[in-house]
Amino acid sequence: MPASVAGPEIERLIQLLARLPGLGPRSARRAALHLIKKREPLMAPLASALQTVIETIQVCGTCGNIDSQNPCTVCIDPRRDASIIVVVADVADLWALERAHAINGRYHVLGGTLSPLEGVGPQDLTIDALVSRAHDPVVKEIILALNATVDGQTTAHYITDLLHDAAVKVTRLAHGVPVGGELDYLDDGTLAAAIKQRTPF
Amino acid sequence: MPAASIRRLTLTNFRSYRAATMSPDAQMVVLTGHNGAGKTNMLEAISLLAPGRGLRRATFEEVAFAEGNGSWAVSAEVEGALGLATLGTGIEPPGAEGAAPQRQCRIDREPVPSAAAFADHLRIVWLTPAMDMLFNGPASERRRFLDRLVLAVDAEHSGRVSALERSLRSRNRLLEDPRPDPHWLDAVEHETAELAVAVAAMRAEAVRRLQAVLATRQSPQPAFPSALIALDGALERLALDTPAVEIEDRYRATLKQNRARDAQAGRTLEGAHLTDLVVLYAPKRIPAADASTGEQKALLIGLVLAHAGLLADMTGTAPILLLDEVVAHLDPVRRTALFAEVAQLAGQVWMTGADPAAFAGLEGQAAVFEVSPGCVERRISRR
Repeated sequence: MPASVAGPEIERLIQLLARLPGLGPRSARRAALHLIKKREPLMAPLASALQTVIETIQVCGTCGNIDSQNPCTVCIDPRRDASIIVVVADVADLWALERAHAINGRYHVLGGTLSPLEGVGPQDLTIDALVSRAHDPVVKEIILALNATVDGQTTAHYITDLLHDAAVKVTRLAHGVPVGGELDYLDDGTLAAAIKQRTPF
Repeated sequence: MPAASIRRLTLTNFRSYRAATMSPDAQMVVLTGHNGAGKTNMLEAISLLAPGRGLRRATFEEVAFAEGNGSWAVSAEVEGALGLATLGTGIEPPGAEGAAPQRQCRIDREPVPSAAAFADHLRIVWLTPAMDMLFNGPASERRRFLDRLVLAVDAEHSGRVSALERSLRSRNRLLEDPRPDPHWLDAVEHETAELAVAVAAMRAEAVRRLQAVLATRQSPQPAFPSALIALDGALERLALDTPAVEIEDRYRATLKQNRARDAQAGRTLEGAHLTDLVVLYAPKRIPAADASTGEQKALLIGLVLAHAGLLADMTGTAPILLLDEVVAHLDPVRRTALFAEVAQLAGQVWMTGADPAAFAGLEGQAAVFEVSPGCVERRISRR
């Protein structure tokens, strides 16, 4: 173990930064040093922003999104179509769909996908809440926007099964040719799915 | 027919080699050297230029040079289906994070997502002494051999097989619960059936094509007798003439019906994960397991040659063939016949053997390399 070059306070900051996704010990050191150098313009506002978020962060009681208010900004937005609920595994997926301006509906964040091997069961996800939301007469369509992995698709089947008596249309994302993609480079599974799910031109 | 070949092979921190380069300029390449000199390591390095974990099924940490920093690399200039290309694979030294290093793959120095991309350039087929017990060993070994055959035909096959295994493990885990959630089981079985039928269909298709090639190899007195092969698996049998959707539904019903039984057994008792490859020794119409040791070896060589022929027919390019310690166990007649057959296949053939005399028949035809620990050198013919 190399000797520390800084006091324990700074070492502690580096250790914490190193736990962030995408940062290793080296980049954490660099980030810490950068913060220290820009104490006034960067570090102080960052610290107070962190403090504010800690105090205000809440999980939306309706959809499971993370926001500084409950219900969240998406759920109280009157311009959104309340008849559509997009089901995602994680807040990151919600943000990705929002970034793409893909749909103007409401969301439901499951908090993960079913995985017996990782000990994640239905009770660990917000599936019950989704089922009761789906029985609201306003809701007409549930879009399952889950990963095309074994766990993601298993979760999609599970939810579809539970929703069979709700008066909603259950849909899932299409699998197929990515925008700007060349057919020649696609794997066989994706090509077969794209042909099977072809749409009228 | 165009033939795949390796023009230049470079190993860095790979197994017994700190650094080694060889430039084989012949269709037949012979590696000789003492036991433990590193001949098979060389073939293993080549086998990593195909999808999968290579001919020893080693983990990527295992193949690193013991005195190195944990990284390793294999790079080859190849003449393949798409012309000249440089294929490279390896892992970076393990970082301070302690995360398992990811295998990197590059084609012409550009990163590609996985080794599956190598299949566009060349296909590789191998035979190793570890496969000698294939016919007498457990069905799981033959299934692995079969999936390897299919993988050489379809580079996506191993991804589907491991997804199926994961899905079955999930199901078995759910069944451990005394009162499993029926909806959850339905969902897992839905996925399982889809994957199982995809795996079975690809296997059935590959075996059907291989059967056709084997049928053309049935001459009255061949050195490498033909095998009759079949798949012992309900899903694979159905896959030949039933629509996939229908088989999925049937398999789903079976899984649902067998829940109690499978829970008691602790595993799933029916499905593509239990399929066996049935091999008959064609001249005597007896199970391969009942044939003599020598007959089994000849049968295996015949099977691998047929597979190489199938790949050549399918892709239009003859594959690279790796034959580890194969020649030493053949009598002179079969040895000559093997040399003649592989010369006709036209893809590059790599053969190893401790005894250089075994390759005497290839004088002037093959590039012979002498392997000693950590080092490989071209042997200059005395004449």
